[in-house]
Amino acid sequence: MPHDRDAVITGIGLISCLGEGVDAHWAALHDFAPVIDDTAFPGYRLHPMAELALDKHISKREQRQMEPWQRFGTYAAGAALEAAGVKGNTELLSQMHMIVAAGGGERDYDADAAIMSGLPKAADPDAYLNEHLLSDLRPTLFLAQLSNLLAGNISLVHGVVGSSRTFMGEEASGADAIRIACARIGAGQGDLFLVGGSYNAQRPDGLLQYEMGRLLWKQPFAGIWDRQAAGGGILLGSLGCFLVVESRSHATARGATALARIASVASDRCRRGPNEATANARKQLAALDGTYEAASAAVISGASGAHAATTEEHALLTEIGLPVRAGATAFGHSLEPAFIANIALAAMAVSHGTLFPPLDSAEKPMDAPLRDALVTGWGHWRGEALAHVTTP
Amino acid sequence: MQDTDHLGRPVVVVTGTGLVTSLGQGKDANWAALTAGKSGIHRITRFPVTGMKTTMAGTIDFIPVPELSAPALSERLAELVIEEAVAEASIGAPGDFPGPLFLALPPVEMEWTQRLALAAESGANETVVYNDLLRAAGTGDHRRYYERFLFGSVGENLAARFGTKGSPIATSTACASGGTAIQLGVEAIRRGETETALVVGTDASVNPESLIRFSLLSALSTRNDVPEKASRPFSKDRDGFIMSEGAGALVLESLAHARARGATIVGVVEGCGEAADGFHRTRSSPDGKPIIACMRNALADAGLSPDQIGYINAHGTSTPENDKMEWTGVSAVFGERASSIPISSNKSMIGHTLTAAGAIEAIFTLLTLRHGLLPPTINYDTPDPAVPVDCVPNVARPAKVAHAISNSFGFGGQNVCLVIGAAE
Repeated sequence: MPHDRDAVITGIGLISCLGEGVDAHWAALHDFAPVIDDTAFPGYRLHPMAELALDKHISKREQRQMEPWQRFGTYAAGAALEAAGVKGNTELLSQMHMIVAAGGGERDYDADAAIMSGLPKAADPDAYLNEHLLSDLRPTLFLAQLSNLLAGNISLVHGVVGSSRTFMGEEASGADAIRIACARIGAGQGDLFLVGGSYNAQRPDGLLQYEMGRLLWKQPFAGIWDRQAAGGGILLGSLGCFLVVESRSHATARGATALARIASVASDRCRRGPNEATANARKQLAALDGTYEAASAAVISGASGAHAATTEEHALLTEIGLPVRAGATAFGHSLEPAFIANIALAAMAVSHGTLFPPLDSAEKPMDAPLRDALVTGWGHWRGEALAHVTTP
Repeated sequence: MQDTDHLGRPVVVVTGTGLVTSLGQGKDANWAALTAGKSGIHRITRFPVTGMKTTMAGTIDFIPVPELSAPALSERLAELVIEEAVAEASIGAPGDFPGPLFLALPPVEMEWTQRLALAAESGANETVVYNDLLRAAGTGDHRRYYERFLFGSVGENLAARFGTKGSPIATSTACASGGTAIQLGVEAIRRGETETALVVGTDASVNPESLIRFSLLSALSTRNDVPEKASRPFSKDRDGFIMSEGAGALVLESLAHARARGATIVGVVEGCGEAADGFHRTRSSPDGKPIIACMRNALADAGLSPDQIGYINAHGTSTPENDKMEWTGVSAVFGERASSIPISSNKSMIGHTLTAAGAIEAIFTLLTLRHGLLPPTINYDTPDPAVPVDCVPNVARPAKVAHAISNSFGFGGQNVCLVIGAAE
């Protein structure tokens, strides 16, 4: 039964290696060919961002104040606002609540390299560090690095000023961003939300973080499930994804079209002892019993490729038996916005009423009409989330 | 007091708090120092300050952590204040807090100590570039660094240690983060999702690079000669803020739940307001519109009129811009009362605890109401005619206050205002 306080998606802004927008993604998923850059960082592979006409959503002047992470996010936010028919509508934007899932921005890698090279030879290494940070850091770069400044840029560039919150914490931050937005809509703590995030995979400190965890996939491309036989691993992907999510009554009143409904979002954590993540996921799945028909349902998995979590999730999904698609096979793993991007894929699929073809030899075709998509979001390290996306 | 508020929502109370700042550990020590007008600001000894324009801060050097880094000390401070808050609230069982965790946390990033360690491991000679770090990372075991510099690890570790329920949320709205974390907790209780929530704001990010970054934005005071006199909110000769460290934790609870278990009520979070500013990355909209909206939203949420507010715990950073803009906002919201309503800045003594400030200052506001004593704004020597506030100059002042406001305004235009009420 439709309810006034249902959370519906009325706009999607999605950019990745597969292109820009839902149509480009839908087409690419039906004719899937991996987009990989294996030259920018020798020995490493990643999914690079497609070429963007940034001027469409960010003025040149503002682009100069940002690095790629903020540009991706600010651009995707603009695309979502445009798709929802909110862009430029000052009245709506002034009441719009924003929740951004964010990591941090790029560093000045040349300045870092100069310090790393010179400091060991300096007579006074501490003084050398201070002197070079003082002379080499660009004042504005700090503002391109701060986690909350992606949201700050979106307020500045697009005028989203109802409120602004930033959540941090890899995959779980994206899941909690959308969970809190939907909970607030359900409880009448807001009507109109912009939720999303972005990730730039094309930076050495990002690769470094996951290389320190020994978590990267460095072999030729293989899908999320297929690569597990060879030990698994993460292929990072540049991505930006924002959703406009609003109460059904608000969408109806302004004549906006709902693409899909987010019926529920749950998230939890555990120490990842044997089968603890599975136990969390089973609880989340049990709560959805009776809310969808298995024959018209599929799973969009947020599996990262990291071996432990991915194999445990795969075992559970095999047992459940619904058709599965791993979004990260298509556009790489993007940490903070990953769950939101997979919700976007789910929304596209339910709005088309069909699931896109398998991306990996472990995935089975689905011919039946699709009504419900279960979106999993197991962090590569921590956090387990599950969303139920269905027709509006 | 009724269990529900003017909008029929559960009333949210505070039943436990914990504090650590540069003034000391524990809320009793902090309150005594704060109301005595003591400053926690000192010359930095944590690292050499050679060549720096600002050489002072409110660092916390009395709490040791192995392998010092911003997330490591932030996590340790959070543990200490949570222990204090949970003990006061006498809630749950050890390692089993019966609600979710909302954490205000500074952004996390690998620091120079680790970066230089990897550079050394790489064995590169003449020049070291990131490819060398990647090579070093791929050979040794650096899982410890990896976990430490995940954005999620502080929240995860705290959630595991204290047994909070569900996914911990780590939030950053710059200098408003502590207020945002409290607001997230209040909203969860009002939605009926939980009867209680653990909120903590923590920040221990004073290191050479972060100090220099703020310095390059010309945000910091350079009155290095007498550090304890450098933070001078509302004074005409204020010249910037002082970076500081600290943490504050609050146990939030629905009044009905607190009453049912016979808990002592420390105070009430009556309202939360927020508004974002789309004007500039570091400066407030010159008309003060977002600050005004933020205070008005909080008052509306609390169901109170400006006349009912007896005290304002200012954001009061001691930068020329902030204090002027805050006055603009206060005068618009409070009209003729603006210059007579007491408005003091804890930051004159503890400096700007950044991510933690909203939580720490909300706790000081609760203590202000509870003890009937307004903490002063110290170093108020030269009144600024453009900011004619009653800042409770230099000496604490007894006053019975029923409702107070605590303001937090952040870089990136993120503003939060809390309305705090006294326990009956």
